[in-house]
Amino acid sequence: MTANNEPTIHVEHDEAGTNVEHDTHDNAYSGLLVNDANWAFGTDFEDPLAGVDTTVPDGVDAKDLGAYCLMLGDDALVFSQRISEWCSNAPDLEEDIALANIALDLLGQARLLLARAAAADPELVPELPAGSPVPDEDRLAFFRNDLGFRNVRLAEVPNGDFAEAVAKILIYSTWRLSIFERLVDSRDTVLAAIAAKGVKEMSYHRDFAGRWVVTLARGTEESKSRLVAALDGLWPLWTELFETHSVEASVAEAGIGVDPATVADEASVILDQVFAAAGIDRPERGGLAGVGVHGGKGRDGLHTEALSKLLAEMQVVAREHPEGQW
Amino acid sequence: MTAMLETSPTDTRTADMDTRTTDTAAEAIDRAWAAAERVTDPEMPMLTLLDLGVLRDVTIEDGHVVTIITPTYSGCPAMATMRDDLQRELLLAGFPDAEVRVSLTPAWTSDWITERGKKALKDAGISPPGAAPRNSGPVALTLMPTRRAVTCVLCGSDDVRLSSEFGATACKAMYQCNVCLEPFDHVKEI
Repeated sequence: MTANNEPTIHVEHDEAGTNVEHDTHDNAYSGLLVNDANWAFGTDFEDPLAGVDTTVPDGVDAKDLGAYCLMLGDDALVFSQRISEWCSNAPDLEEDIALANIALDLLGQARLLLARAAAADPELVPELPAGSPVPDEDRLAFFRNDLGFRNVRLAEVPNGDFAEAVAKILIYSTWRLSIFERLVDSRDTVLAAIAAKGVKEMSYHRDFAGRWVVTLARGTEESKSRLVAALDGLWPLWTELFETHSVEASVAEAGIGVDPATVADEASVILDQVFAAAGIDRPERGGLAGVGVHGGKGRDGLHTEALSKLLAEMQVVAREHPEGQW
Repeated sequence: MTAMLETSPTDTRTADMDTRTTDTAAEAIDRAWAAAERVTDPEMPMLTLLDLGVLRDVTIEDGHVVTIITPTYSGCPAMATMRDDLQRELLLAGFPDAEVRVSLTPAWTSDWITERGKKALKDAGISPPGAAPRNSGPVALTLMPTRRAVTCVLCGSDDVRLSSEFGATACKAMYQCNVCLEPFDHVKEI
């Protein structure tokens, strides 16, 4: 990307569509609009893996590596989108900022993972009209349908109250941290680096959520009952997190990925520590069944209705303007 | 426009960008470093990228400058701005085609913030990080508030409380002093 393709915006449209000339002092963002030096976002946003060696290591099928990165990337992307729905809706400013930060960390992980997926297997990337400026990770994020998404179904659960948010973040980050702590030893140096960074970030997420779970459980009758109800509602999606998809088995065999079944005991023990500190019982509900005769679940591209609605909102602008310059 | 930098310290040439007439490889790299070192963090402009530990290396490969940067957080939204700022500063120093590469490993740690950087943070009213935790083995679950040796940036009291582990940028937590009531940011140990 060079200075000659950066957008220059001198005229805006107001809500009624009227052209509005701005002088440099009438709004705090005018500097962003007229000063190329400060323009950093949109389709000009850099390739998140710029300059990173994305050669596929020996002994692994590039398609398996791509599919695996897509699974991990979709988990992070969909859950990030869910958490970002909390923006301006949290109980107080500190929690609002905390949730936005967690969503941002996951979005950063998603960009890297989806870019890695595209580099490993370019056939995964949806085709757009020639000349479209949309980068690969955005094509994957915005131009696939629900059946193409490989995230676990926990990531797509519609938001409930604040107790539901912290319960969901606790479950997700406990599971994910156990996987990423092992993924740092991946023979794929890109995945290993993404995991090493992710471990540091998700340690904060798990602690944040764990503290709130304890706080709500030890708070009032109302806060405790809401928390227990939230955990009970999410629990049917716990077992799916540790079921091994054939792609995960294949990349684990190749020393590239982690078989989630191998982290089930560790994740359970950690969650039990939180429950013990909170003085609540582990929920007992069984797992949510898959779909169809083969019992397909999130990793197979079979999702709950909630994902379709989430994607509709997340993707609509990008799909309306596949050649748009932002 | 292509930079034609010398690879031999004894050669001389006429620069095509400006009026410099001699530029040995050693001088070129010094000039490139000096330019890269001037670039500041877009979100914490009191810190240079070098003092933040984001700027990892500046080299000259095949006649063009290559700088290596490492993101502080996966979702750091400032990476593109950092890249643009580096390229602009290097352009002004006579290196029109500088390349900025991202290095993800080793992962950035707050330990890479230099002593000068920590002082610059403190002078700007931001509490600098202590030593980052060294993880060997599984990451410990911490259900009590993180204990840090943080002192108030305004009055120096150590009677402070953590108001949130997450702040205005991904790399900061929020504190408040119990004595003078000053709220302030603390750069997290990571």
